[in-house]
Amino acid sequence: MTNEKNAVTSIEDSIVQVRDLNLFYGTSQALFNLDFDIPRNRVTALIGPSGCGKSTFIRCINRMNDLVDIVRIDGSIQLNGQDIFAKSVDVIDLRRRIGMVFQKSNPFPKSIYENVVYGLRIGGVTEKPDLDEAAVVSLKRAALWDEVKDRLHDSAMGLSGGQMQRLCIARAIAVAPDIILMDEPCSALDPRSTAHIEELIRELNGEYTIIIVTHNMQQASRVSDYTAFLYEGELVEFGKTKDLFTVPVEKATEDYITGRFG
Amino acid sequence: MIFLGTVVEESVTTCIKAVRTLDNELAAQVLDGDTKINDLEVDVEELCLKILALHQPVASDLRFVITVLKMNTDFERIGDLACKVADKVILVNGTKKITGSSLHTIMPHRFDEMFGATQAMFSSCLDAFVREDSDLAHKICIMDDVVDQAKRAIRLELEEISRNKPELQPYLPMILSIARGLERIGDHSAHIAEDIIYMLQGRIVRHDKEL
Repeated sequence: MTNEKNAVTSIEDSIVQVRDLNLFYGTSQALFNLDFDIPRNRVTALIGPSGCGKSTFIRCINRMNDLVDIVRIDGSIQLNGQDIFAKSVDVIDLRRRIGMVFQKSNPFPKSIYENVVYGLRIGGVTEKPDLDEAAVVSLKRAALWDEVKDRLHDSAMGLSGGQMQRLCIARAIAVAPDIILMDEPCSALDPRSTAHIEELIRELNGEYTIIIVTHNMQQASRVSDYTAFLYEGELVEFGKTKDLFTVPVEKATEDYITGRFG
Repeated sequence: MIFLGTVVEESVTTCIKAVRTLDNELAAQVLDGDTKINDLEVDVEELCLKILALHQPVASDLRFVITVLKMNTDFERIGDLACKVADKVILVNGTKKITGSSLHTIMPHRFDEMFGATQAMFSSCLDAFVREDSDLAHKICIMDDVVDQAKRAIRLELEEISRNKPELQPYLPMILSIARGLERIGDHSAHIAEDIIYMLQGRIVRHDKEL
């Protein structure tokens, strides 16, 4: 067998190090002893049945779970060697470094241009040439430029679902984040728009660290370099996607990805 | 797939019997059976493509379908090789008889060894596939050496016959071609065994020197 259950020792350059992470909603534990590294500038997919803790986990990385009163977290997540739960961490700055794209696209009720530069504006960038350049570059990176270049000041709400989702990705990358979290980014999109997003993810691969939660196994295998399979809050298997989808080590992984689960 | 395997197995068995007895009728049976093998090969391939397109299998399911696709090609080629060997049997029988020489006496002795090993290799492939037996698949890969060595020995024997009995020379290329055909059947059986190991263990052992 060529893949490894836990890739902690096999990833040479990791951006996130998760150590002994446990998360509780009140008295109910949702994540159990997660311990693995997420490789830098690669796409990592999180797969697993509903309720297994995928979204809960990625919401730990940008401390979105701080907004849930009953959440308690043990263990650590280090981003570039810095503990993100440390008191000294500025959560606003952390979230600037970690962009997020949700299942349902959530453009602001503003123009396309203003959506893209929103993060830069609240980050203090005021020079129009800087904002213009960031808007063009981000929209091009998000493969949306050609479709919107003549209507940058139209409302973002007039875009199609797939375009809105790409706009959200453009908005996320405009602030040059270290990581982009994607929580089922294509689940509300048609196959064509899904193909656009997947192509975009592949193009961003190598420049950004992307962590994607998906229920679509084929999508995970198409776009990711590494895959983590979670079940009931535990990490069952983590390894290279090509290994996990051809020769999984754990029977539970095999059963899940082949649809024999349960 | 299993049905195709048994049809090919029958073809290999009949072909070997045809060579052993230099029987034209048996050789003709092999040739007649090839259409059925070709049709079954297309059926299996279409089914595999349908499964790939509609079910997008992964893990052991993917390895199974890929293995069946590859075995299918090897099965069909083995069927073709059995036909080629059968053709040569008919050619040998059709070649002008040489007075005072029985055709059976010019068949090199090492053919017996080759017949047994070739047939055993192919039949074991079916067993290894059905029983999901990777140990047996490993053994098949090793058996290929026996067939290769037998073929080399047959070549040497034929060279000797060519020197000592020049009147038999018209037969010798055909007989060598029969040996080559059986050896290739052994090679394809070894490929099948390697694919079965991949199916069961997820390891590609094709270029593994230890095998």
